[in-house]
Amino acid sequence: MADHAGVAGGDEVDLSRRKFLTRATIATGAVGTVFAAIPFVESWAPSERARAAGVPTELDLSKLEAGQMTTTVWRRSPIYVVRRTPDMVARIAGHDADLKDPNSDQSDQPAYAKNPLRSRNPEFLVLIGTCTHLGCLPKQRFAAGELYPSWPGGFFCPCHGSRFDLAGRVFDGSPASLNLRVPPYSYPKEHLLLVGADEKGAV
Amino acid sequence: MAVKTASGAAAPMPASGGAAKSGLWGWLNKRLPVEEFLAKEATEYYAPKNFNFWYYFGSLAAVVLVLQLVTGIFLTMFYKPGETTAFDSVQFIMREVDWGWLIRYLHSSGASFFFIVVYLHMFRAFLYGSYKAPRELLWLLGMLVYLALMAEAFMGYVLPWGNMSFWGAQVIVNLFGTIPGIGPDLVLWIRGDYGIADATLNRFFSLHVAAVPLALLLLVMLHLVALHQVGSNNPDGIEIKEKLGADGKPLDGIPFHPYYTVKDFVGIGVFLVLLAIVVFFVPTFGGVFLEAPNWEPANPMSTPEHIAPVWYFTPFYAILRAVPDQRMGALLMLIAVMAFLFVPWLDRSRVKSMRYRGWMSRTALAIFAVSFVALGYLGMQPAEGLYVLLARIFAALYFAFFFLMPLYSWLDPVKPVPERVVYHAH
Amino acid sequence: MRIDLRALLAAALLIAVACAPQRLPAAEAAAEGAAKFGADWESWRAGTSVADLASVQRGARNFVGYCLGCHALKYERWSRLGDDLHIPAPLLEKDLLPPGRKTTEYIQTSMPAADAENWFGKAPPDLSLMVRARGTNYIYQYLTTFYVDPGRQTGVNNLRFPTTAMPHVLSELEGLKGAVFRTVTHAGPGGTTVSEQVFDHFEPLAPGRMSLEEYDGFVRDTVNFLDYVSDPQQLQRHQLGVWVVLFLLLFTWLTWLVKREYWKDVH
Repeated sequence: MADHAGVAGGDEVDLSRRKFLTRATIATGAVGTVFAAIPFVESWAPSERARAAGVPTELDLSKLEAGQMTTTVWRRSPIYVVRRTPDMVARIAGHDADLKDPNSDQSDQPAYAKNPLRSRNPEFLVLIGTCTHLGCLPKQRFAAGELYPSWPGGFFCPCHGSRFDLAGRVFDGSPASLNLRVPPYSYPKEHLLLVGADEKGAV
Repeated sequence: MAVKTASGAAAPMPASGGAAKSGLWGWLNKRLPVEEFLAKEATEYYAPKNFNFWYYFGSLAAVVLVLQLVTGIFLTMFYKPGETTAFDSVQFIMREVDWGWLIRYLHSSGASFFFIVVYLHMFRAFLYGSYKAPRELLWLLGMLVYLALMAEAFMGYVLPWGNMSFWGAQVIVNLFGTIPGIGPDLVLWIRGDYGIADATLNRFFSLHVAAVPLALLLLVMLHLVALHQVGSNNPDGIEIKEKLGADGKPLDGIPFHPYYTVKDFVGIGVFLVLLAIVVFFVPTFGGVFLEAPNWEPANPMSTPEHIAPVWYFTPFYAILRAVPDQRMGALLMLIAVMAFLFVPWLDRSRVKSMRYRGWMSRTALAIFAVSFVALGYLGMQPAEGLYVLLARIFAALYFAFFFLMPLYSWLDPVKPVPERVVYHAH
Repeated sequence: MRIDLRALLAAALLIAVACAPQRLPAAEAAAEGAAKFGADWESWRAGTSVADLASVQRGARNFVGYCLGCHALKYERWSRLGDDLHIPAPLLEKDLLPPGRKTTEYIQTSMPAADAENWFGKAPPDLSLMVRARGTNYIYQYLTTFYVDPGRQTGVNNLRFPTTAMPHVLSELEGLKGAVFRTVTHAGPGGTTVSEQVFDHFEPLAPGRMSLEEYDGFVRDTVNFLDYVSDPQQLQRHQLGVWVVLFLLLFTWLTWLVKREYWKDVH
């Protein structure tokens, strides 16, 4: 075996330099690995195609008759639009004691929908038609007394029996714990509904 | 041989098994042989200390394999196989999936880099006789990896369903029609339709994404097991296990970990720099890695002006076209690939490494290397004029390398092989 | 093999000439006299750069004005065009977006494919990837070598793509030019003589709204725009690549230091 060349410095210096360099390299490598992972992780974000399909949806409300509901789609969610009659509006009050969240403190809605009617104006209700329990589509049961004598009108989810009133607020005894969600929306023109955009711009 | 630090003290080595282990590590090692495995295959696996440049390419091949698997898995999340959707889905990946272009270019560049690395890896075996006993099976397994890789790359190139994807598939699948008797039926069976079609694309997708990668992983694992069974060769062609020290370790060997793990990372660094330059600045590499006709969708009614496979197949493609008869050309192309399998037995030299072989073997290998590269270039050119003559000449030289090997390797005036490896500190 | 210095010098000179900034056909014509205009058309180079944003923007406007009637860019969205070319949404909608279309849509042509096939014999191809498939020089040469050919249904032919089905849509800008051919005879097989028509030069026939120089700039801008559409992220890719390579060089240097340190053990 050939003679080894002597190097200035003792074992400690040698080993600590070795340790330092190894750690510096591993740290740099780890940083590089994290940066390399980013593109793969971000590739799962909604693609340009998904984002393009998720732009705000327009809906013409002029043909919607009083007391009727129509549905549209925004970001792959069903959107319920109900043109409430004055009678339906009246039936929203008077049962706060039976509601889990009458003031919409827990539920998800924009500021302009945090009111007893949960809408920008009393006539039109805009909701995300997805039950806040496990995601089924609640069915309309607008007539008073339709489900049981004291039923004020609202929505009934067939999957597990959750009940919501004509402002989308959830009743006690329902498996769901939150009021139906309200999406951001606005009226750029009279009777033109734009779901997905309001004063803050498009979501 | 004990490994010493520069000042002469024994270098700290990780503790090997035997002593009772505590904690989580102990719990794990009672149930899986982790520490034993690491010792046997890394910290106490001795490799020759005189590895040079040619010995980087094995670990680099493993790195590229991982790269292709990861990028391939992510591409499969967005790619849609099918003759009406494939081409569009690739553009979707390139333009609309966040970072899709990067994942795609990594995968397409990775394929070309895979072959660069593998060809250099194979050339090392010719330089140092790494296929000779007791490493014949190691070589054969490596050849099977190479064949699986060629199938994988060919099918992968069809998937974007560009015009070169289509016509390349047409030509290569038609080659199987030259097999006497069963040819036409075989082609119909491979295609699943009367021409290259949706059925062909879909089955190639399944094979490329699932079947061949599994086969590749299995073959690579067997390749590594076979390597560790006999130990690595080295540039001097000396068997280091024949000279053991007092501790029972090869005098000319060093533990793979940390010395070769550390060295291989340098190789990986350089490799990544080159890969990054290609991916970010020249991903099509002048139309060599991603061919121009493939930016147009597959068109069964319009053949590209020059049909050529991707560069890593062109040496064999040149041999195919050099022969004026279709059947003979296909047969000779097959022989050109299969000839590699017989090299451990064609080579009759007593000496492994080119360093100690005579002028005959060296000249033959040099001519072979030049012929391989020349054929690769010629395979990319149109088959006309001077190119045809040159292809025939180089094809003849290519086959001469193999067929004359028993003769020149045996007659070759070899030099004496040293007792111990030649090592210069670096 | 002895190296012939003269051949080497000649080769170097040729390379220098070929790499020299491409003179415009107009300058070409002036330099060599109008008689030889176009004789060197095969060496015309687009000489464009996607980094020239103003040029790409003009090209977008050119495309919408003259090409979108027949050719789609089906893989590119209007919104992306706006973002990449820094065209604000209101301007995009006013100047480029066809009426009734939304910015999130892909750039489609209004011409129905079936009608196109009836009128032209084949549908005008989508141009999203044309530059990647053929190259900027090809498209530049294609748009600058149309000539009058009474024998054809469209009344024109093209040197870069003979018997092209496309009419000379840009003739109102370029004007019309004819092609002068000369007869070349050479020995054929079996002792016969073969004569063929070889392109000699262009002859301006009627002026367009643009001068030669202006038209040349118009074509280059359009080619530049198509280059961008073919590969929209090429500029960002280059910018990011610089950082990635620098980082990897740093990493490699560190690994080399570690290797050198450990290998001091090996003798």
